[in-house]
Amino acid sequence: MSPPTLAELRPEQSGTVTRVGGERAFRRRLMELGLVPGTRVTLRKVAPLGDPLELEVRGARISIRRRDAASVELER
Amino acid sequence: MTLPEVPRVVLVGNPNTGKTTLFNRLTGARGRVGNYPGITVERSVGRASLSVSTDTAAASECAIEDVPGCYSLASRSAEEQIAIDALLGRHDSVRPDLAVVVVDATNLERNLYLTLQVLELGRPTLVALNQMDALRGAGVEVDAAALSACLGVPVVPISAARAEGLDALRAAIAAQLVSPTLPPSDGWRWAPSDALRTDLDAVAAHLGDERPEGTSDSAARALALWALMSVDADDELEDVPAALRLAVLDVQRAARAAGRDLDAEAIAARYAFIDRHAPAFVRRPAVAPKAWSERVDTWLLHPVFGFVAFLAIMFTVFQALFAWSDPAIGLIEAAFAAVGGVARAQLPEGLATDFVVDGLIGGVGSVLVFLPQIVLLFTFIGVLEDTGYMARAAFLMDRVMNKIGLHGRAFVPLLSGYACAVPAIMATRTMERRRDRYLTMMVVPLMTCSARLPVYTLIIGALFPVGAWLGLPTQGLLMLGMYLFGTLMALIAAAVLGRTVLKGPRVPLILELPPFRRPHLGSLARLVSSRARVFLSEAGTVILAGSVVLWAILTFPRGSEEVTALEATRPQVEASSEGEAQAEALAALDAEIAGARLRNSLGGRIGHAIEPLIEPLGFDWKIGVGLLGAFAAREVFVSTMGVVYGVGADVDEESATLRERMKAERRADGRPVYTPLTGLSLLFFFALACQCVSTLAAIKRETAGWRWPLFTLAYMTALAWAVSFVTWQVGTALGA
Repeated sequence: MSPPTLAELRPEQSGTVTRVGGERAFRRRLMELGLVPGTRVTLRKVAPLGDPLELEVRGARISIRRRDAASVELER
Repeated sequence: MTLPEVPRVVLVGNPNTGKTTLFNRLTGARGRVGNYPGITVERSVGRASLSVSTDTAAASECAIEDVPGCYSLASRSAEEQIAIDALLGRHDSVRPDLAVVVVDATNLERNLYLTLQVLELGRPTLVALNQMDALRGAGVEVDAAALSACLGVPVVPISAARAEGLDALRAAIAAQLVSPTLPPSDGWRWAPSDALRTDLDAVAAHLGDERPEGTSDSAARALALWALMSVDADDELEDVPAALRLAVLDVQRAARAAGRDLDAEAIAARYAFIDRHAPAFVRRPAVAPKAWSERVDTWLLHPVFGFVAFLAIMFTVFQALFAWSDPAIGLIEAAFAAVGGVARAQLPEGLATDFVVDGLIGGVGSVLVFLPQIVLLFTFIGVLEDTGYMARAAFLMDRVMNKIGLHGRAFVPLLSGYACAVPAIMATRTMERRRDRYLTMMVVPLMTCSARLPVYTLIIGALFPVGAWLGLPTQGLLMLGMYLFGTLMALIAAAVLGRTVLKGPRVPLILELPPFRRPHLGSLARLVSSRARVFLSEAGTVILAGSVVLWAILTFPRGSEEVTALEATRPQVEASSEGEAQAEALAALDAEIAGARLRNSLGGRIGHAIEPLIEPLGFDWKIGVGLLGAFAAREVFVSTMGVVYGVGADVDEESATLRERMKAERRADGRPVYTPLTGLSLLFFFALACQCVSTLAAIKRETAGWRWPLFTLAYMTALAWAVSFVTWQVGTALGA
C-alpha cells in the first residue's frame, strides 16, 4: 500500500511529512518554505472550487494544488 | 542609477515582510525606481540619512537598495538571481557594504531560513526583526538578544508599519558600516555533513571568476552550495561559467547515483539548525489565539460569500477603470484640445503649426490620457496586494484559471483589459513567472477595451437596423455579443498560446496566503507614482513617437492634382454665395480638401496598396486608411473615416452625417460598400486586430524587447484577417 499523502487529508487534519516528491524546482521550493521531512503540516481549507488546498506549516499559510499535494508523503 | 561615494546597503527578505515599507521609511521620498538590466523587475534605490547620533565617526548617509522579496537565494531564473547578485555585487551590481535581512517576527522560522543563507556568504550582515507590533497580538515573544547570540550578528527589533525602532536601526546600520561585526570567522551556523562538504569543495574548485579575490573558503563553499542548488539542466540562470555548470551537474549526477538528495540534505540541515535553536529565542503560547485574519478568511474564502465578495471587489475595480476615470480622462482631453486650440490661434497657419498641434500636442495628450486609469488600477492593485487579498483571489480563482492555462493572478489584468490594455499589461507584474506574465500580456489586448466602443457604436449604428430580436434591441445585443466574443477569443487564445508558443513545463502553484494587514499609505503612493513614472518615461515615449509617425504618414505628401483642383474652385465658391451659406460652402470645401489630402498622403497610398489584402474581407482602400489611422488609438478610426469621406474630422460615432455618407458609399460596380455583412466583418476585425500603438509600446516595455509586441501584432492581425475573411466570404456565398 502506498503511503498516505497530503492530498488525502481532510480539513483540520494533520500529518508529519516523510518525503517530498515531484519535480525538482517544486520540491526545492516547498522544502524551502519549511515542508521538510519531520515537519507537522495541517490542511486548513480547500478552495471553494475543490482546488487548491490551504496548508499550515510552521505557522505560515501556503497554498498548493491537490495534484502537487499528492507528491508529499505523510505519516499520520 | 549609481549612487557613488556613500556606503551601500541592501535590504533582503521574504515577500510580505514589510521590507518595502521599511525601505520607504528609511529613504523618505528620495527613492528612485529603475529596472534591473535585461529583465523587467523593478529596482528601487534610495539614500537614507543615518545621522541620529553626534558620533562623527559613524556614516551619516548610505545608499539603500530594496531587493525583490524572495524565500531563498537559490534560483532558477534571471529574475530570482537578483537577490544573490545584489548581495555579492555580481554581474551588474556593486558590492554592498552591508546586508540588512528584514525578518518577519510572526513567521520567524521560515524567515530565518533565508537569513542563514545570507550569513553563509560571510558578508557584513544585520537583522531587522520586523512586525514586532503584530507579535504582541499573537501572544508570541521573540527575544532579539538571544536571536542575535544564535546568529552571531546584531538583531534590531522594529515595526516598519508603525515606525518603531527605526532610530535604533539607523544607529545599528551606521555602526555596522564603520566596524562590521562579521559573522564570527565563518558565517555558516550549521555544519554540512562530510559528504556534502566534499561535494561543496568539488564544486568550489570550479568557481573561477565567480570567486573574487579575498573570498574565504567558507564563503566559497556558500557560493558552491548556491550553484549546487540552483543549476539545473534546464535552468534560466545567467552568467554561470560553463566549467562551474559542468562541475555542478557532475556532482549532482554522482549524488543521485548514490541515492542522495542534495537539495533535501542542505534544506533539512538549515531547518534542523533553526528548530534546534528556536526554543532559545521564541516563546509561543500553548494555545494560539485565533487571529482575526483567520476569521476574515472564513468569510472571504467561503464557498458562497467568498465569491460574492470577489465579484463585488472586481466590479468595483472595473467600475473605477470604466467610469471613475472618465472625468479625469475628459479633463485631460479637453485640456489638450484647449492647448491645441490656443497654439493654432497663436501660430501662423501652416505645416509647422499642424505638426505642433496635431503631432506633438495631440501625441502628448494621447500618452497622458492613460494616466487616470493607470493611477486608479495601481491604487487598487496596491491595496489588494498589501492587504493580502490578491493571494486570496488567486486561491479562489486558481481552478478556473488553471484550466485555461493562466495564473490565478491573471484575473485582475484580464478584467482591467475591458477598460484598457495598457494599464492591464502593466498589471501583469503581480505574477512571478515570466511565462505567466507573457501569456497574460498576449491575450489582454483581445478583451474589449473602451477604445473599441466608439468604433462599434459607429458601425452598429450605421449598418444595423434598429429592431428587436426576441423583444430585445438588436443593436444592444450585438454590442453585448461583441463583448462576449472578445472575452471568449481571449480565453481561447490563452489556451492555444499556452500550449504552443508559450508552452513550458507544468509549474506547480505555490502561493503564500499572508495574514491580512493594513496597507501602508506611503508605500501605496510610492507604488502608484513609480508605475505612472515608468509608464510616462518608457511606454510614453514610444506612444508619442508612434503618434507622430502616424501623423506624418497621414499628412505627407501634402499637395496633389486633386488638392490643387479643389483649391482652384475656392474663388468660385466664395463668389457663389454670401453670409452663412458661404461659410457652410467653404467648410464643405475645406473638408473636401482635407479628404483629398488624406487620400493622397502616404497613408492614403498605403490604403490603396493594401486594398488587395483587405478586399477579401469586404473592405475598400478607404477603410484601409481608417484602419491605419486607428493604430494611433482605435477610436481614431471614427475621425479618420470622417476625413476620408470629406465630412471633416470633428465627427463622433453618433454623427448622422458620417453615417449617411457611409451608407451612400458605393463600390466600383455600384453595390454599396457598407452592408451589415461589411459591418460584421469590420466588427470582428476590430475585436481581434491589435490596432493600437500604445498596447504594443506597453508590451515592449514589459518584455524589454520588440520580439513579443511584434508577435502580438502578427498573431492578432492574422487572427483578425482570418475571421473577417471567413465572415465575408461565407456571408457573400450565402448571398447576404
